[in-house]
Amino acid sequence: MIAFASFTDFLTMGNHGAYVWSAYGLGLALMALNAILPLLEKRRYLDDLSRRRRRERLL
Amino acid sequence: MNWTWFYKWGSPKWFYSMSGKFLPWLVTASVLLLGIGLIWGLAFAPPDYQQGNSFRIIYIHVPAALLAQSIYIMLAGTGIIGLIWKIKLADVALRQAAPIGAWMTVIALTSGAIWGKPTWGAYWVWDARLTSMLILLFLYLGIIALGQAITNRDSAARGCALLAVVGVVNIPIIKYSVEWWNTLHQPASFSYSHQPAMPTQMWLPLLIAVLGFYCFFGAVLFARMRLELLRRESGSRWADAEIARLLKDRI
Repeated sequence: MIAFASFTDFLTMGNHGAYVWSAYGLGLALMALNAILPLLEKRRYLDDLSRRRRRERLL
Repeated sequence: MNWTWFYKWGSPKWFYSMSGKFLPWLVTASVLLLGIGLIWGLAFAPPDYQQGNSFRIIYIHVPAALLAQSIYIMLAGTGIIGLIWKIKLADVALRQAAPIGAWMTVIALTSGAIWGKPTWGAYWVWDARLTSMLILLFLYLGIIALGQAITNRDSAARGCALLAVVGVVNIPIIKYSVEWWNTLHQPASFSYSHQPAMPTQMWLPLLIAVLGFYCFFGAVLFARMRLELLRRESGSRWADAEIARLLKDRI
């Protein structure tokens, strides 16, 4: 069963809303960062490689 | 006992192809488990009779703190394997897991601080559990910095492995800090020998969130290790073939 009587109750968390939501927001943001960093790193690595190969072909 | 799996998993080429097969399953499992565990914990678990709704921070805090310690134990394990058998893959695993461990420690410390304010009246106290977790963060940062400071790859691997192995002494200190010293921190939520002191509606979503965090770690670690292996092994036939395939897929 859902633990809250209304959606407002869910958001305010009985006066603990600021603590609960900031802990979840920060935690999930840092998790997302951990997931995105290796993807960006891979793209940068492949960009560098293709740029270098294009330059070598022109020489 | 058949040890061939040990040597197979030590081969970069083998690891690259196997991890590629596991990766999508780990991603799916972590999205599902984290989604179920966190939504259940946020909206469906009953409020705590003393802490009210602030206790819901447990579903972020405990998995992150458990994972932060498990990753450090893994670092020490790969450190020993790297020091004894000189397996390159062990060094790749150690160095790629360290930043994830550091981030998990940051999540555990910040969510704990936010939880501390309504529960203890302070964001931070110099208590044994909190201080030993801060030391864990410094150990992670030390390993990352050491790896970046040493340019010779073998020396960097040896240095990081040694620091990881020596630092593991901090893990039992974190675990038993709540028993050895007077502390504000509550005791462990899970134990092997006792039923959890929470109702099922509270600990089951916590268990699911913990599993989700571990799958998430597996997925991120594999993604990081695969890229690092391509970097280190470029020039070998399998890595160059894989790089060519990746470059062709982009156009």
